[in-house]
This record gives sequence, C-alpha cells and structure tokens, in this order.
Amino acid sequence: MKKAFSRIYLFLIFGILYIPIVTLIFFSFNSSNSTAVFTGFSFYWYRELFGSSSDAFDALKNTLILAISSAVLSTVIGTAASEGIYRMKSKLFKKTVTSVTNIPMMNPDIVTGMSMMLFFVALVGVLRLDYDAFGFWAMLIAHTTFSLPYVILSVLPRVEELGKKYSEAALDLGATPLQAFFLADLPNLLPGVITGFIMAFTLSLDDFVISYFVGSSSFQTLPLLIYSMTKKKVKPDMYALSTLIIITIFLILLLTNVRNGRLARKKGEKK
Amino acid sequence: MKKKQSLMQSIAAAPHVFWAILFIVLPLIIVVYYAFTDADGAFSFENILAVTEEEGERVLSGLPEYGQIFLLSCELAVIATVICLLVGYPLAYMIAKADPKKQKIFIMLLMLPMWTNLLIRTYSIMAILDDGGFLNTLLGTEMHIIGTKGAVIFGMVYDFLPYMVLPIYTCISKIDKHMWEAASDLGCSPIRVISRVILPLSMPGVVSGVTMVLVPSISTFYISQKLGGGSFELIGDTIERQFVSNNLNAGAAISLVMMILILISLAIMNRFTDNENEGGLVV
Repeated sequence: MKKAFSRIYLFLIFGILYIPIVTLIFFSFNSSNSTAVFTGFSFYWYRELFGSSSDAFDALKNTLILAISSAVLSTVIGTAASEGIYRMKSKLFKKTVTSVTNIPMMNPDIVTGMSMMLFFVALVGVLRLDYDAFGFWAMLIAHTTFSLPYVILSVLPRVEELGKKYSEAALDLGATPLQAFFLADLPNLLPGVITGFIMAFTLSLDDFVISYFVGSSSFQTLPLLIYSMTKKKVKPDMYALSTLIIITIFLILLLTNVRNGRLARKKGEKK
Repeated sequence: MKKKQSLMQSIAAAPHVFWAILFIVLPLIIVVYYAFTDADGAFSFENILAVTEEEGERVLSGLPEYGQIFLLSCELAVIATVICLLVGYPLAYMIAKADPKKQKIFIMLLMLPMWTNLLIRTYSIMAILDDGGFLNTLLGTEMHIIGTKGAVIFGMVYDFLPYMVLPIYTCISKIDKHMWEAASDLGCSPIRVISRVILPLSMPGVVSGVTMVLVPSISTFYISQKLGGGSFELIGDTIERQFVSNNLNAGAAISLVMMILILISLAIMNRFTDNENEGGLVV
C-alpha cells in the first residue's frame, strides 16, 4: 500500500518534470513551423539551424571557449586560494576572505550581473576601451568570479582533511615549497580539484543572467542565443538547438554515472 | 625552510584576495555609488527613496509602485518555495528510501532537468500552456493559463524543484540507519519517526533547499516575462527594464535593496541551522 503510493507519487512528479522536455524534443522533429500541431516527422529544423546562418556554431564555440577558460582560471586561483586560506594565521582575515568569496553564491544572479556590469562600464570609461572589444574579457572575469566560490567549496574541505603532514614531510626531505605542493599535496587534492573544475565548467555553460548583463553583442553564448531566439516568435529551430543541448547533457550524465559506478565497484573489489 | 614555506603560503591566497577585492567588493561599492547618485553623478537619495516610498513618482508613469512589486515578488516566491518544500520533501524521502541502484537513476533523472538551461525549460512550459499551445490543442479547449499568477508559480516550482529535492535527499540519505531502528525500537510510530527523528535531522537540507529555491524565485525575470505574459512585473523585471532602458542608477538602487533584503533573510536562516546543529550535537 505504502509502496504503491510512493511509486505513484514518484511517477507523477517525474512525469510532470519530463513532459515539457519530451514535448520540446518531439516538436523539434516537426515538419511544419508549429510548436503545437504535429504534421509529420522531419529533420528540417536541424538543417535550418546549421544551414541558414553560422550563429549556432559561433555561439557553441564561444560557450565552450568561455567555459573552458573560466573553469581553468577559477580552478587554478581557487585551488591556490584554498591552500592559502587553510594556512592563514589570522582567524578574522580567514573568515572575511571566505565570506567575501561566498557573496556571488549567496547573491541573486541579477544583482551580481548588475554589479559587474556597472563595474565594467566604469572600467571601460576609465581605460577608454571599446566595450564590444572588451566583450570576451568581461565575460571571462564574470564567469571566473561566480565560479570561484564553488571551486573553493569543493577544494578547501579536502585541504583541511589532508592537513599539513604531507607537505611538511616533503619540505623536511628537501623539497622546495612548490615541489611540496605539486608532488605531495596536489595528488591527494585531485578529486576535489576535478569536482571544482567540472562545477565551474557547467556553471559557465548554463549561465544566462550574468552573461546577459555583462555580455556584449560581439560575444554571444548559447544561452544568450536562445534568449534572443525566444524574444521573437519561436520557430522549431530553437527546439532543435535545445534538443541537441539536452541530449549532450544526458550523455555526459550517463557517462559520469557509468564511470562512477565502475570506480565504486573497483573500490568494492579491493576491499 | 619554514620561512620559505610561510612566504609561499601567504602568496597562495594572494591572487584570490586580489581578485575578490577587484571583482566582488569593488563592483558592490560601485552599485552603492550608483544607487546614491543621479545620472549626472551628483549625490542623491532619489533612487533609494523611489524604492522605499509608497507614493513614488512611479505612479505618474502608470507603473505599479516599487513597494507593491516587492510584495508581489515576495508573495509569489514564498508560495513557490512552500509548494517546492511540500512536494519536494516527500520526493526526497522516497528517493532516499528506495534501493541504492534505483536511487542513482532517480538522482540522474533529477539532474537532467537541473542541468538543462532555465530558458529552455521555461520556454517549453510556455509552449505547452500557451493559448494556442500544445495543451489546448490536445484537449480542444481554450484555457487561458499564461498571464496568471498560477502560471508563474508553476514555472518557479517546475524550474527550481530539483534544487529543493537534492539537498534534502543528501541530508536524509546521510542519516544513520540505526537512528530509524532505535526510534522504532523505542516505540515510535512510523509517523513519529519521521516527525521526531528524520525531520529535525534533515533540517540543514531543508534550509539550503529553501534558500536555493527562494533566491532565484524572488529575483527571476525570465519566468515572469514568459509565463506572466507581461501582465505583471516582479523585482527582477524591474531591474532588467532599468538595465535595458539604460537607467542604471535606478537599477542599482533596486538591486541594492534586494541584495540587503536577501542577505538579511539568509543570515536569519543560517542562524536557524546553526542552532539546529548544536541541538543535534547535544542530543
């Protein structure tokens, strides 16, 4: 009885969660222009998406460049910061730094976007730059900034868990501080660093609000392209684009799950 | 050697501290500066007053007053958060009780919509609920759903439900199984096990779920644009409108007020979990 209820409940909620996504995928294969009446199966909108203009390709390229570069930058700065924050002597300073770092995570995206946009407008004014030419750099700075707290959140606990024993042993054995970090500490921190990198990467891929405020027309990402597509009367080419994105996410999720499952099983065998 | 390392340590956090001052603190100072100046850069309280004043000049332009917009945004966001909690808590509980293999599948099913861009999810709901949309075509009806408060609340619940379920699920699945057994061995009915043991222990998950739903709901502008059909305006829309019309001072003022309100409510909620944790430790 209880089991049946929980089964129905799960089915119902997941059903509601997936109906819009499934409908969207369904209508991306529509042969006509409608997103409400299905007239026949075709790949027309997929061809249209990549055939008529290079917007989608450019946006995809920009999104990937931005996601990779901001994830690398925030992972490097964030990992170093975690080491530094852990070893800070002053508690007050430590607390101040972590609280300030967390501001972009606590604040609504729209406030972060607004504040960064005002900052860049002021900066561009002072340096006499062209905002459009500055477009990529503004986006890179913004994405790195909102990813940093997530990187630190996944690396700092690992650093605290590891303690100073490895690096101190390495230093006593004659390693330079850099060697101590790269050879003794980093291999142990790697799982946290990788999680932080993946988080930063996906946050950047997914971000619309902050990019919308900070971005300029010269550097368009996929979420910005989708936004501009939904401003007009939507044709199923936006559905086709969304379907491709959803399928990609699904495959990534599936792969990471299979990989994690395998790792877990290997660990189990070792035990 | 020790000296060398302490030098390294102080340098390690330096790029981040520099980055945080330049790109987190400074932009916020600029928001405050914009909020308290007019378009010519002269000091003025006008922007902030327009936000707080009941009878602002907004009335003249026929737009709803800021105060009312704030109230409406809070109302919709709070309703959406409560629905998310009521729907999400049982869901998280049921997933946590399922067998481990199924749990993984459920969590993946939950992550897929979460990772799909909010614009796509929101637009797909709109296409279904629209006047000439899929639902009306399918049923042959002429229901008018888009443009109602209900549609906006549904959109918020749909978009942010996974953010409520995941932290609660993580919290419940970490609860020691012996706790459940101990409670029922000591004579708790299943309902009392949930209300006296599971619920208090999963409080940190509830609080983080509530913040993760409340903050984006209160500040959204895309959901209200698409599902509200332009019939009402939320704080997010107001900020976005000021941004589009290049009225940066007013936009900064509203952002500042919203930020302060949210930081205060987060501080209150964090205090709440801290106490809960201490209580948990004592028990």
